[in-house]
Amino acid sequence: MSFISRLRRFPFWAWFWFILGALYFVLPLYATLSFSLSWDPEYPLKAYERAFGDSRFWNSFLYSNMLALSTIVASIVLVVPTAYWIRLRLPEARRVVEFLTLMPFVVPAIILVFGMIRIYSTPFTLPFTDIVLMQPLTQFKAGTNILIVAGYMVLSMPYMYRSVDTGMRTVDIRTLTEAAQSLGASWFTIITKIILPNIRAALLSGALLTFAIVVGEVVLASFLGVSAFGPYLFLLGQHRAYEPAALSFVSFLLTWLAMGLIQLVTGGQGQTAGAH
Amino acid sequence: MTHLALKNISKQFGDFVAVRDFNLDVKKGEFVSFLGPSGCGKTTTLRMIAGFEIPSSGMISIEGIDITDKAPNQRNVGMVFQSYALFPNMTVAQNIGFGLQVRKEKESDIKDRVKEMLSIIHMEEKANSYPYQLSGGQMQRVALARALAIRPEVLLLDEPLSALDAKIRVSLRAEIRSIQQKLGITAIYVTHDQEEALSLSDRIVVMNVGEMEQVGTPFETYNFPKTRFVANFVGSLNTADAEVLDPASGLLSVDGARFSSSDIKGHKKGDKVKIAIRPERFSFLSEEKKENIVDCTIENITFLGSVVRIRVKIGNTKFDMDTFNRPSLELPKVGEKSQIACSRKAVLVLDE
Repeated sequence: MSFISRLRRFPFWAWFWFILGALYFVLPLYATLSFSLSWDPEYPLKAYERAFGDSRFWNSFLYSNMLALSTIVASIVLVVPTAYWIRLRLPEARRVVEFLTLMPFVVPAIILVFGMIRIYSTPFTLPFTDIVLMQPLTQFKAGTNILIVAGYMVLSMPYMYRSVDTGMRTVDIRTLTEAAQSLGASWFTIITKIILPNIRAALLSGALLTFAIVVGEVVLASFLGVSAFGPYLFLLGQHRAYEPAALSFVSFLLTWLAMGLIQLVTGGQGQTAGAH
Repeated sequence: MTHLALKNISKQFGDFVAVRDFNLDVKKGEFVSFLGPSGCGKTTTLRMIAGFEIPSSGMISIEGIDITDKAPNQRNVGMVFQSYALFPNMTVAQNIGFGLQVRKEKESDIKDRVKEMLSIIHMEEKANSYPYQLSGGQMQRVALARALAIRPEVLLLDEPLSALDAKIRVSLRAEIRSIQQKLGITAIYVTHDQEEALSLSDRIVVMNVGEMEQVGTPFETYNFPKTRFVANFVGSLNTADAEVLDPASGLLSVDGARFSSSDIKGHKKGDKVKIAIRPERFSFLSEEKKENIVDCTIENITFLGSVVRIRVKIGNTKFDMDTFNRPSLELPKVGEKSQIACSRKAVLVLDE
């Protein structure tokens, strides 16, 4: 094949748009990296050393990770059986539930957190009496943790529900359930052995999105007064220049690492070929 | 002795009656097909036996034990689905062993049983393959092995061959029948394909709009259809309006042509009836002496491989006639006048 005909077959425009798109994402990242390395020309990693040397960074980062994991587990426990049951027995409820899961896009997080503070900052009493059943959730640490995880579950609902629902659409949930039932399986066995393994890729992507939302979240964490990673990064950005850039770059890398892991676990085949 | 019994089963979805007053006794080891068009209630009846639908009224029992309200996972009924329903996350061997694992059987027993089932379906070499690596026919064989591995009381098959191509369908149906006979298992088979039902079954239940039209062996169902629906649905059939001329001798008139039937009990002179004659029951006059000989005009001749279908006109009514294709066959020409014949027994008078 001659050089000219090979050149003609080269998909020029496809590559043009691909490179343009890639630059759109890569350039800001490069700028952040370059800025984070420019603090001290003698010692380019100074910003990273400072950022990682701060104990508040580790405390807030680990705390946010713990919140993210709790949110993911609680969301899976809530969303998987819900989406499963709707697909199996209550298809008519699907529109309502989809609408509900979209609420976080309509109602801003600030409204959610004010509502939570208003309701949960007073003690729970037995109706028509003054007998206190539970202290206000906002007044003790475990209570605040429950509140914030519940809030994060709401915020991540659109992503988690949609991921799980899409995952369930790609496998014939109803027939697989009936096949398992006819073989003697209980509901617990069906969900753990059949449903969960077959929507593994969907669960992972839902979990990753939830993780990304929770680790960077500022509003709920600030107003509920917890020392999470989001508010820490926000404060740092107001008072320092180079460390936030270094931490932002590291966050990007972490996200990409997680995406790479998903590709690795699902074999890059997505859900259609089945999770195996 | 009755193994599976369905007594006065009905199923309603809102105002819609899917199955009405269904009664059937199935013997152990019997192969029964539910045959009918889409929406006739055959799959709903099967799903009631499996436990996926609860009957609105009536009782289902296996070996005399009432299972009507039992959950599907407590019935010990194996099911094969049209869409295979293999678990995508499990290998062939894991799929087959799933039911036994759920029953918490010993690991060594499960292994032996899986091996036995794989050899029955001739797929030993595919034990570690995943469903997506198999063809449609292979997947359905695995699904069959999985349903049989649990030693079910009854095997239910819901149009298991519909998604397969014609050749595999024929070979797999023979395999299903031979495995069923070898294991002596009671099987209920749902299909809308009359050829499948006729070739597989010990008995056929023909269903229409939620009701049983006829229950009988393939021979009875094909040769002696009791209703017009059965006659039309099972095999090809000529139907025509006729008038009873003489009930005593069985004489009928179809557009002026005279037919005599041995099936005219209970009708009076002047009654309007529907008659049915299978295309293969007609023959040309020269072939053998028949009781009914009628004049006709040849309308059309179609070759169907081993069979030649000839369309003739008797009065204003058109009839199809089938004759075996052989090199010595001398066919009349289209437009020619001819005579065709059939026996008295071939002329069936249908219930409405």
